[in-house]
Amino acid sequence: MISQRSRWISRVLLILYFVLLMLPIYWMFNMSLKTNEEILSGLTLWPQNPTLANYQTIFTDPSWYSGYINSITYTVMNTVMSVVIALPAAYAFSRYSFMGDNHLFFWLLTNRMAPAAVFLLPFFQLYQNIGLYDTHLAVALAHMLFNVPLAVWILEGFMSGIPKEIDETAAIDGYSFPRFFFRVFIPLIRSGIGVTAFFCFMFSWVELLLARTLTSVNAKPIAATMTRTVSASGIDWGLLAAAGILTIIPGALVIYFVRNYIAKGFALGRV
Amino acid sequence: MQKTKNNRAWWLVLPVVLSVSFSAIIPLMTVVNYSVQDIFGPGQRVFVGNEWFIDTIRDTDLHAAFFRNLLFSFEVLLIEIPLGVLIALALPPKGWKASLCLVLIALPLLIPWNVVGTMWQIFGRADIGLGGYVINEVLGFDYNYTLDANDAWYTILVMDVWHWTPLVALLAYAGLRAIPDAYYQAARIDAASPWAVFRYIQLPKLRGVLLIALLLRFMDSFMIYTEPFVVTGGGPGNATTFLSIFLSKLAVGQFDLGPAAAFSLIYFLFIQFFCYIFFTIINNTGNGAGGSGDNRQGEAS
Amino acid sequence: MAEIQLQGIAHSYEPNPQSDADYAVQPLDMTWEDGGAYALLGPSGCGKTSMLNIISGLITPTNGRILFDGADVTALPPERRNIAQVFQFPVLYDTMSVFDNLAFPLRNRGMAESDVKKRVAVVADQLELTADLKKRAAGLSADAKQKISLGRGLVRSDVAAILFDEPLTVIDPHMKWQLRSKLKQIHQEFQLTLIYVTHDQTEALTFADQVVVMHEGSVVQVGTPQALFEDPAHTFVGYFIGSPGMNLLPATITNGTILVDATAIPISSQLIQKVSGQALTVGIRPEFVGYRSSAEPNAVAVQVDRIEDLGNFKIVTASLGAQTLKAKVSEDQPVSMGAGWFVFPPDQTKLYQDNKAL
Repeated sequence: MISQRSRWISRVLLILYFVLLMLPIYWMFNMSLKTNEEILSGLTLWPQNPTLANYQTIFTDPSWYSGYINSITYTVMNTVMSVVIALPAAYAFSRYSFMGDNHLFFWLLTNRMAPAAVFLLPFFQLYQNIGLYDTHLAVALAHMLFNVPLAVWILEGFMSGIPKEIDETAAIDGYSFPRFFFRVFIPLIRSGIGVTAFFCFMFSWVELLLARTLTSVNAKPIAATMTRTVSASGIDWGLLAAAGILTIIPGALVIYFVRNYIAKGFALGRV
Repeated sequence: MQKTKNNRAWWLVLPVVLSVSFSAIIPLMTVVNYSVQDIFGPGQRVFVGNEWFIDTIRDTDLHAAFFRNLLFSFEVLLIEIPLGVLIALALPPKGWKASLCLVLIALPLLIPWNVVGTMWQIFGRADIGLGGYVINEVLGFDYNYTLDANDAWYTILVMDVWHWTPLVALLAYAGLRAIPDAYYQAARIDAASPWAVFRYIQLPKLRGVLLIALLLRFMDSFMIYTEPFVVTGGGPGNATTFLSIFLSKLAVGQFDLGPAAAFSLIYFLFIQFFCYIFFTIINNTGNGAGGSGDNRQGEAS
Repeated sequence: MAEIQLQGIAHSYEPNPQSDADYAVQPLDMTWEDGGAYALLGPSGCGKTSMLNIISGLITPTNGRILFDGADVTALPPERRNIAQVFQFPVLYDTMSVFDNLAFPLRNRGMAESDVKKRVAVVADQLELTADLKKRAAGLSADAKQKISLGRGLVRSDVAAILFDEPLTVIDPHMKWQLRSKLKQIHQEFQLTLIYVTHDQTEALTFADQVVVMHEGSVVQVGTPQALFEDPAHTFVGYFIGSPGMNLLPATITNGTILVDATAIPISSQLIQKVSGQALTVGIRPEFVGYRSSAEPNAVAVQVDRIEDLGNFKIVTASLGAQTLKAKVSEDQPVSMGAGWFVFPPDQTKLYQDNKAL
């Protein structure tokens, strides 16, 4: 069906696409291994005098590496919290019909689509008032605004793929609901939980606006630290590039671990 | 599946409702509160009714930002959807090569948005960026995204395509994998050309997935903030001042809480309205004529 | 209409098959006669779908040749082989109308539009789809959709054989009968070679003139439903066909007598002469086992464990030592639990060595 020629063309196109995809990333990587003098003196495709000084700075300067630690902290917190509270809700949506269920589901989804800019100021004031300003918990909670609906949406899709007969059989076999849920049901939707955790991690990790608004010193995410560098006079390009490259690594690791579920997960099982 | 009616299910849903309400309703109440007041300083506020709303709707800068967003989203969709589908068609269907490709493709999606902005900010410069350098020195065009409005616009566009086409590609790829082999086999027996296979089998079966991609990308691109902010800051002039940037300048920059709140509400309601359409269309496509139903039958016994 | 010959066909899904176990289809030779209605029967995983795909050209066999009317088609792709295939679930072009679906294979081959119209009208009439021609294919019921799938095969007048891969799987039970009759009708009208894959013996036995039974990649018997019932060539055929299946009792031979669990079983001396090993199985269908309430010469003593009354017959389950066997007796015959006797008519009692009939 697919002729040799068209297979060859698509291979070439794919390689071209990957090259263009990797180019900006490579370029930043390239810069991260150069000193600022070398960067500003002329354009070179690879570092003439490669140096790890930029990375060294990041790993030794607390104001830098704490940024990473903060980001990872609130991202993991958010992922765990979002998945944990989404699980029972998704189960409810999947198995039961209850008063207002469709409207509730819709309302949840609309929060996924809430423009962060709208919530900037209110969030700032809210978290100040309850004394959670500049904590990891604040960002984790704030990100739940869009991650929880997404988690419920994805988990419900996976749960609907498990026939109700399994629940009924477990009940007949004498399982209490908690025991059924943890020992039977959750293992069955393992891949769904993995996919959900991936997406929650992803959207929390990449979100800058709310994370920067709700933090100042203690829970400052790496993204905010990087923008600080930019506004200072004499931009430290090498350092900036190194910081940027380091932010890609957690993401790459997460993708690697869920690589077998990526395609499946993106379909959300709902279409 | 048949769902049982049971209102006690509300207990299961309660944690979600509480947490989302906390993040959604309480702040919104603040916004509503501000939108009808003029705030001169802490403790000094005057109720002004719908004055801000009227001002906002009449604000020509706002109109300009709105149309900028519409144009941007339109161009984004025009490029990203077909490109994503093309890539999905070109990807290997299985094996380690497929896994490798998927990991590489997903990479841009996992980069914090400000780093995406930084990457392109660097890449587009003529002095330290490969892209800027090549365009100016090698190809001979006069390209500077900080000075030229068109250059800024297209830089943001290319950046968005670079950043988000993978989402469309991954969605389309998953949709393609869900098509049972039997369709391709029947097409072979029917002597169908590759174009006919695409037009009559693949494209119809991708319809649902593409709809999700279309609507997700429209909405996310309509709310775009971080990436253009980092690269151009909204400039030069107003060339890349999108709605979110406009709003944050109002609220945080000028601290005009009243107008910002009014605009926030209008912006928010517009998105919600569109989301409602999104949800309705998706539900109706799922329940409607055969397209997605046949897929499930294909899981062979 | 064509005669299909398989010569030395074997297929493995592994890139480097080492042993027999790697082959999904074991080496075989077979001829499918022109115009025959065949059922390819076997349990899941026995290789029947692989066999079907080899014939249609969707798979190229690892070894062997396929000939259509004497011409070697092994290298030909499916679209050049003049076969049609109907799949387990309706495979349609959803966006097209019924008419366009049926016309598709003809238009792809460059047929003139007026001829296409005529041909589609003829086929639609045969399948009783004329009323639906203008409708969108996606909106019809499952059985109508399968008819359209079938129609796409019939519409090509040069089609040599139509292959069916469990086509009634998604059809409601009350429609299955209708579709089966329609298939038989088509067969009689066109004298096409039809090969029908199924794991349901009722479907196979009612549809086909010849049944091909497959087991673990090999063809174990080809024959009429009658022959398969009365003379199973393999223990698997005995077991798979019939409801309940044939009684299969492991046996040994001592001094020319066949013993099941130390009880002698009367077997014809012709069969006993052919025995050359010890992996023996005695096979007898429950329909032929006779029940006696008192001892008789040549009757075997058993313990009746269960009697099931199924309307106009009874199933008597009894144990002979450690072995369990069943007898099918008429509803009038009185049967009591406990001690009883089974009679095995020698002409219906089969002997198998290494699972093959002696």
